[in-house]
This record gives sequence, structure tokens and C-alpha cells, in this order.
Amino acid sequence: MALLEVRNISKTFRGLRAVAEVSFDVPEGGIVALIGPNGAGKTTCFNMIAGSFRPDGGTVTLAGRRIDGLRQDQICHAGIGRTFQIVRPFAQLTVEENVIVGALNATGSVSVARGEARRALDMVGLGPKAGQMAASLTLPERKRLEIARAMATHPRILLLDEVMAGLRPLETDQMVQVFRTLNRETDLTILLIEHVMRAVMALAGHVIVLNHGETICAGPPEQVVRDPAVLECYLGEEAL
Amino acid sequence: MIQALFDWPTPRALAVWAALAVCLLLAPLVVGSYALSVLVLVLYFAYVGQAWNVMMGFAGQLSLGHSLYIGVGAYVSAVLFVRYGVSPWAGAVAAMAICAVIGAVIGFLAFRFSISGVYFALLTIAFAEFSRIGFDHISFVGASAGLFLPVAQRTHNDLLHLRGSPVMFYYVMLALSALALFLCRALRGSKTGYYWLAIREDQEAAQALGIDIFGYKMRAVVLSAAMTSLGGVFFAFYYNNLFPEQIFAINRSIELILGPIIGGLGTLVGPLLGAFVLTVLAESLRSATDALGLNLPGLQLLFYGVCLMVVIIFLPNGIWPALKGRLGFDDDRRSGD
Repeated sequence: MALLEVRNISKTFRGLRAVAEVSFDVPEGGIVALIGPNGAGKTTCFNMIAGSFRPDGGTVTLAGRRIDGLRQDQICHAGIGRTFQIVRPFAQLTVEENVIVGALNATGSVSVARGEARRALDMVGLGPKAGQMAASLTLPERKRLEIARAMATHPRILLLDEVMAGLRPLETDQMVQVFRTLNRETDLTILLIEHVMRAVMALAGHVIVLNHGETICAGPPEQVVRDPAVLECYLGEEAL
Repeated sequence: MIQALFDWPTPRALAVWAALAVCLLLAPLVVGSYALSVLVLVLYFAYVGQAWNVMMGFAGQLSLGHSLYIGVGAYVSAVLFVRYGVSPWAGAVAAMAICAVIGAVIGFLAFRFSISGVYFALLTIAFAEFSRIGFDHISFVGASAGLFLPVAQRTHNDLLHLRGSPVMFYYVMLALSALALFLCRALRGSKTGYYWLAIREDQEAAQALGIDIFGYKMRAVVLSAAMTSLGGVFFAFYYNNLFPEQIFAINRSIELILGPIIGGLGTLVGPLLGAFVLTVLAESLRSATDALGLNLPGLQLLFYGVCLMVVIIFLPNGIWPALKGRLGFDDDRRSGD
């Protein structure tokens, strides 16, 4: 049984079918990427899994437990951590306090949470900025803060929504390294939405391509990037 | 939360706090009766400001109707005392319980139906206003003619029944504001405190991090309401007369939020500092105009308005955040030092 099982989820916004009958599995310890052109329904899928939106139909199951229809905080407790595509730092709190809030999901003790926060911040390279206000961070730093905060909740599966966007190639490689380490050492399962193919190819063991709310292709990354339908709608012929 | 209580501030901050505590404890021995009455007001505003700050400064829920809790707190304890001879301390417990329930009802209505921001503020005003009108017509509590507590010359202070000299009231208020400060400090460093700040900053992100937004906002409203009602109990026994038109009035709600806003929203020292600055300046202004023989009704409100504008323009985060760095202590954000 896969850790996360998504079955036929759909979402319609005022007549626009954003996601139509999408199904996929994320195996325990796996890294799965969700790719596709803008407006393909990737973030809508994420929002349904994480509980921001209730699916119109279909089911989401985490480790055998139905989680669709639960509130976001309940889903977080169940073990799903997420980042937001448009970053949402707690601007008037320090970087460390931001992550402490995340870490408190798994503990009632602020001092334990502070320790967890330090660890998460060191992992994403924000350790030296712990005492700064989150408002003072640059966009790439805010993205890393989102990751540290979500990781600090101790999720079983981490949903990453375009965390590589806006990073330089070197920073992307560092980030890829962070996720690889996490995945290998803590067996953290990752589902990511990503446009940066460099990161997708380096990380994902399985890729799902969405277009107009439907799955058009799924498989190992090497196979997906050669799929004619994917090339046509998303990557373009020059990707070959 | 307990641990946060013993998490000492920096030595320098501790020294300042100790000096302030000594000054406040010895003040009644030094100052005259007028200055003492001003200090009582300062402490009263520091206390209710602290209580309001739990809701707005910590959890980000704007209440413009806190006069409701002051009024209900005052009336509950006064009626119990006048009609049934119940000690104000027992009355205070009843007042806190009733205000907690009222806060829970308002919070439930608002948060269950996702009323937030200015609409939430309007809801709080509405509750305060219809309580004012309601109390105006309840003859059991004196209706619009007011409710009066018996005032008799006493040779000694009766702390049990809160009858006595201004000095006694000063120490009662000092104890209350000190307790409120400690409570807020402990809360600020606790899981609940962190969750409130997260909700204040971004509800959606907070929820995605596992925070039960409804539950934590309810906690803030209930606690703030219960704390504020104690301010009302004090008000009743200090002033000995209650009129719905005055105690539930919106300007009473406004004046109690000015201290924390001017002092520094969401900080622990802000309500105390703001109350001190505003009350002392306003009283000086009043004595100055009195001395000049001027009779200018409404001048105090105008003055509050000017203070608010000056602070918003020059110190948008309030006086305390600007002052704190210069004084070299940083106890509000222990993790940031």
C-alpha cells in the first residue's frame, strides 16, 4: 500500500474544471514530482491533498486513513507538511520563531521546539539568520524558511510547491542535496510541484504530468521527458 | 508555560524592572492624593490594556467592544454585593465566568461563520451597544438611573469587601496589573502564545502548520474577556457608581485600547508604558487648562487623537519597540537576542 493514495480527485471552479479525475500513488520513502504547464491543476491538487480545498469528488488516503474533507490542521496532524507557492512567512516573527511554530505541531514544549527549529534551519542553511525578522528575508530565503517550517512539523510526507523557482542553479543543486539527504536519512516521503526540470530529474523517482486538469503521462523521469504528448504541451521539442 | 515564568530577562532588564517595582510599591508613601489617583488610573489602564492585548496584540482579533466586559464585570460584582452582600472577590469569580461565556458566544458566532477583521470589530461594538441599551432598561440593576454602592467613612481598610482608602485600591490595582503582566509573559513564551502570534500573522499558513485556528482564537477571546471583567469589578468598587451610558460607552472601549497601541501592540511592556504616557499627559493637560481657567470639554479626546496620530506617523510599532533597543533589553523576544 502506498503512503499517499489519490483516487479520482476533481475540483471545479465556477464551471472551470481545474482538476478532473486525477489519481496517483506516492510510495513510502519515495519522491514523486507533479509537473505540467501553468494552469494544469498542480497547485489545486496540492490544495486538495493538504486540505485548503475540499475535493468535489474522489478520495485522498494517507497510510490507509481517509483525509479528504478534513481541516488543514487535522491533515497536518495526520502527517502532511506543505509549503505555499506564494510564500507565507509570519513576517513580524523572527525566522526561528516561524519554525518554532511549525515544530510545536509535534511537541508541547517550546524548548524542544526551539531545538528542532535550529536543526531545521541549519539544514536549509538559514541558521545564521535565526534571529532576524522573517520580513527581512529575500525571496529565496523565504522559500527555504517555508521548507524549514514545514519540515519542523515532522510530516510523513512533505508537499513542496515550486520551492526551486527563483533559485540560481547552484542554489537549486544545494536544495536538491538537502532533500536527498532528508529522504535518505529520515525516509521522508516527498511530493513536489516543480518547473525546474534540473531539480525534477535529479530528485524524482516518478513523475506525473498534468495538463488541463488531467493526467497525460506518468512514469520514470527519463521516460516522461521523451513522451510526445508531454513534449508538445509542456517541455517543447527542444527539450530533446 | 511554567518554565517561561522562570526564564529570566537580561540582568539589565531585571534591574530596570526591580527599580520600577520598588518605585511603584513605595509611591503611595511619597505622592499626594491627586497623584495617587492618577497612578491608580495608570494601573487600571495598564491592566485592561494588557487584557485587550491578549486578543489583539497576540491573536490579532480586533475588539472595539471591550467596554462590554468592563460593564458586565462591574454590574455583576456590584449587584451581588449590593443586593446579596456577596464579597467582591466572589463576585469577581462570577463576573469572570459570565464574561468568559459572553466572550465565548461572541467568538463562536464570529469564528464559526468566518467573520474577521473590521466585521469582527463591528460585531464586538454591536454587543457592547446592545448591552448598554439593555442595561438602561433593567430596573433590577437601577436602569438608566444608575447603581450605587454604599459609601461610608471607615476607619480601616476592608480588603475582603473592597471598601477603603485610595491607597488600598492602588495596591489592589498594582497587584492585578503585575499578575496580568506575569500571566501574559508566561503565555507569550508558551505554545499557546506562539500559536496566537502565528494566527495573527497569517491564518492560512498557521492552519497548514497544524494549528486549530478556531480553538486558539476562542481561547484568546475567552481569556481576554475574563481578564477585562476584573477591571470592571475594580471600576465598580473604586468609583461606587455605575451608569450604563458611561460604562458600556464606546469611548470606554476606545480609551482602553489606546495604551497598548501607543505603547506597542503585542508587546508585554506596551500596555503599561502606553497607559502611563497617555494618562499622565492627559492629566497634566487637564491640570494645565484648569490652572489657566479654561473650560474645554472634549479636549482630552482631542489630545488622545493627536497622540495616536503622532505615534502612528513616527513610531508605527509603538513606543516600546523603539525604546527597547536603546535601553538595551529585549525581553519580549527572548529568542531574538
